[in-house]
Amino acid sequence: MQRLRDLAISDSGFVFDPFSGATYTVNGTAQVLLDGLKRGLDRDGLVALLRERFECSTEDLPRDIDDLVQSLRMFGLVPGGFEVRG
Amino acid sequence: MSRPLYDRPILARHQTGLMNKFSRVASMQPQTHIDGVPVQTLTEAYGSPLFVFSEKTMVARYRELRDAFARRFSKVRVTWSYKTNYLDAICKVFHREGAWAEVVSEFEWEKARHNGVPGERIHLNGPLKTEATLRRVLPEGTLIHVDNFDELALLERLADELHLTPKVAVRVNMSVGSLTAWSRFGFNLESGQAMTAANRILAGKRLELVGLHCHLGTFILDPDSYREQAAKLAGLANELRRAHGAILSFIDIGGGFASHSKLKAQYLPGEQATPGFDRYAAACAEGMAALDYPAGQEPTIVLESGRALVDDAGTLISTVIANKRMPDGQRGLVIDAGVNVLFTSFWYDHDVVPAQPFGGISEPTVMYGPLCMNIDVVRDTIQFPPMRTGEQVVFRNVGAYNVTQWMQFITYRPAVVIIGADGRHGIIRKREQLETLLASEEVPSWL
Repeated sequence: MQRLRDLAISDSGFVFDPFSGATYTVNGTAQVLLDGLKRGLDRDGLVALLRERFECSTEDLPRDIDDLVQSLRMFGLVPGGFEVRG
Repeated sequence: MSRPLYDRPILARHQTGLMNKFSRVASMQPQTHIDGVPVQTLTEAYGSPLFVFSEKTMVARYRELRDAFARRFSKVRVTWSYKTNYLDAICKVFHREGAWAEVVSEFEWEKARHNGVPGERIHLNGPLKTEATLRRVLPEGTLIHVDNFDELALLERLADELHLTPKVAVRVNMSVGSLTAWSRFGFNLESGQAMTAANRILAGKRLELVGLHCHLGTFILDPDSYREQAAKLAGLANELRRAHGAILSFIDIGGGFASHSKLKAQYLPGEQATPGFDRYAAACAEGMAALDYPAGQEPTIVLESGRALVDDAGTLISTVIANKRMPDGQRGLVIDAGVNVLFTSFWYDHDVVPAQPFGGISEPTVMYGPLCMNIDVVRDTIQFPPMRTGEQVVFRNVGAYNVTQWMQFITYRPAVVIIGADGRHGIIRKREQLETLLASEEVPSWL
């Protein structure tokens, strides 16, 4: 998780990975989730964080969280076997 | 303070590499209406997926083509290529504008006759002309484009039996520039085969040689090809005049003009790469200047256009079924139209945009159809904005070949509608249902 914690994330959603030099763009939702993951929140905690920060209706939030985590795994920003707790 | 609306999380990696000379990708705009009619209105009325044709665009393209050639040739005939799209309503738009019919089978000939085209205003082309077909069409004066010597012999025999002098054209194939020659159709020019066929027709006097025809190929982006083709056809016509005194009534340069779609191997988008009709016409006129015919007896220039007339007029609306994250990081978008209805996905990178306003970060996306087949990819990698299930996308320039080459496979084929020049819209082909398919099935008594 160190690599995730080392990410530099600007307010505008620009992400820099000092380990690889790669850069990314994230939207506001992903930015909030990255913050939550860095803090070690579990699935319920992440869902609560999203509901607190955004106007959510019927979206499948756990599915979206898993989708982001898959992207993080794929880009090597979290270990290969990483799963959100809960 | 109100909270922002939730949007699915997106993490898009920046791609590094050499910048192309066009810099960044053009920004995508939604297409919410087709000829002034909201996309949502259309799908609520006719379902999804849905093909939508614009009468206004068809008419505009037809007139643009006709005028481009009419400015350069005293006699021009546009024939509507039935195989491109033979729905009656589509054909009627072009026939109303004055197009004759170009058909390649007895089925298409029947369609043209059904649409009110007189037999003598039909050019029958292609390699499939059975004796039964010819017996049916010859008495109606249909123009026959001869493909091979067996067909020529058959026509001569039928001319005797039916006491007719069929009007025929010699279909010619040739090498032009770097194009792959479509040598399987007609008689070869360079080997002398085309001249032999024409000599036989003119000497035999059982058939009337009225024209020459060459179809160079398809989606030809280089107008210069038509200059060379026209010059070679003019050369052959000159030879026939010198040898036999023959004056042909038409020279058919075929079709092959590109639409605004983009081939997979093509670098530039259609709006930059596709030549205007004027450039094709100018090239053809330069080549045809080699024709040595008496003043006032110039042949009619025949065009067999299909794709270039109707492709830009067709749109496919499709609905998002699901989002997926693929193992390579791309987003997978499952939509309700696959290669079964959008057959041209196999060779085009279709221009596809959302049908409603959108926001958020675009990411590499691959669009899959609804089939349980790995080949069912309707658009591979495209930067595409976030889409929710139930939202719609619009594929543009899909009017040619899809509603003829589509397959009834796994699911029903969708409805097709037309939007009239005045904004009215109506169905021109119903969505298939179980009864549609059962109507042609039978179960033997022992089952």
